[in-house]
Amino acid sequence: MADLFQFELVSPERQLLSEQVLEVIVPGTEGEFGVLKNHSPFMSTIKPGILKVRKEGGTLDEYFVRGGFADVANTGLTILAEQATPVSEISADDLATQIKNAEEDVADAKGDDAKQKAEQALSHLRDVAEALKAA
Amino acid sequence: MPSLKDLRNRIASVKATQKITKAMQMVAAAKLRRAQEAAEAARPYAERMEQVLANLAVAFEGRDDAPKLMSGTGKDQVHLLVVATAERGLCGGFNSNIAKLARDKARSLIAEGKTVKILCVGKKGFDAIKRELGQYVIKTIELRGMKNVAFSNADEIGAELLSMYADGEFDICTLFYSKFESVIAQVPTAQQLIPADLPTDAAGGEGGAAAVYEYEPDEAEILEDLLPRNISVQVFRALLENAASEQGARMSAMDNATRNAGDMIDKLTISYNRQRQAQITTELIEIISGAEAL
Repeated sequence: MADLFQFELVSPERQLLSEQVLEVIVPGTEGEFGVLKNHSPFMSTIKPGILKVRKEGGTLDEYFVRGGFADVANTGLTILAEQATPVSEISADDLATQIKNAEEDVADAKGDDAKQKAEQALSHLRDVAEALKAA
Repeated sequence: MPSLKDLRNRIASVKATQKITKAMQMVAAAKLRRAQEAAEAARPYAERMEQVLANLAVAFEGRDDAPKLMSGTGKDQVHLLVVATAERGLCGGFNSNIAKLARDKARSLIAEGKTVKILCVGKKGFDAIKRELGQYVIKTIELRGMKNVAFSNADEIGAELLSMYADGEFDICTLFYSKFESVIAQVPTAQQLIPADLPTDAAGGEGGAAAVYEYEPDEAEILEDLLPRNISVQVFRALLENAASEQGARMSAMDNATRNAGDMIDKLTISYNRQRQAQITTELIEIISGAEAL
């Protein structure tokens, strides 16, 4: 039996989740990573993707998160996401609008750096859309 | 001396006014609760953000390669004042207090020979500022028709500020809004947004020193990612505080108005009754003296 640790998922508008969990899998910018109890202090930005939370008893909750960062401290894991929605509540239409916005961002981006970033965000979003379709 | 009919009309009209102010007060009270809840729900995010930024800022203190959003452009010639107010009036001194603070600041900056630009968020602030400082207002953003402030609104304003900063249109950005202390106290506040004003001494509070952290990608990139977000978060927080303050101010203003209307009704009723009595007395005297004359 693995140990539980405190996990908080916060968006600017509200606190979505604050409870003891077994494991969280976070879509980090440089790759997905899992967090268990007693993870060393660590901070990473996150890319648009699916956040998986394994709760006590093994149930798996999924959230779509976009933009923000994860902060692993001794006290637990906090995720500050600009947008966070439970996967069950997200619709394909929502995602389609977001992809469209991202496409516009790519078109509007000034300079190579900004363009690259926008394209990255777009490809992440497309990945998510596909992952959801498959599920 | 107004006639009895005039007095009756006035009493009726003041009563109608009182009904309206009473209704507005109750609506404001209901909205205030919601606005307060929204402001409280947003607090954890802003607090965490601040904490993390403060941690990161320590690592960058005094370094030359710190991001521009933190270190500034090195000048303080062009000031941008973002004045966040309400879309509606009838809320006591709420709008005018914020506008006054912004005007004072603008005046002293102009006296120092700085260039001032003003960005108004909310229609009432623009109305209050345009007479004196209209030529400095570069843009007005209206949040009309929006029931609740959403993060996307704040994000738009944040993006606007960032692109202006990137184009070198200003050096220092200050945000004016009203902090919600309680229903009867709202404090107009000026907060420096750019360069970010981070409390570096507050860092390292939780979980020991900041240095133990591992960063992915490295600190510089995280900081560069976070600082623009922080702008939006601060704007969002200001808008929420403003929303709560506005309703609080309206509630107490309308409470006052209701009470004043009540006082006025009492006074008018007394003079109405006096006059009625006087009229009856005169009529009686007329009748009696008429009867005596016969």
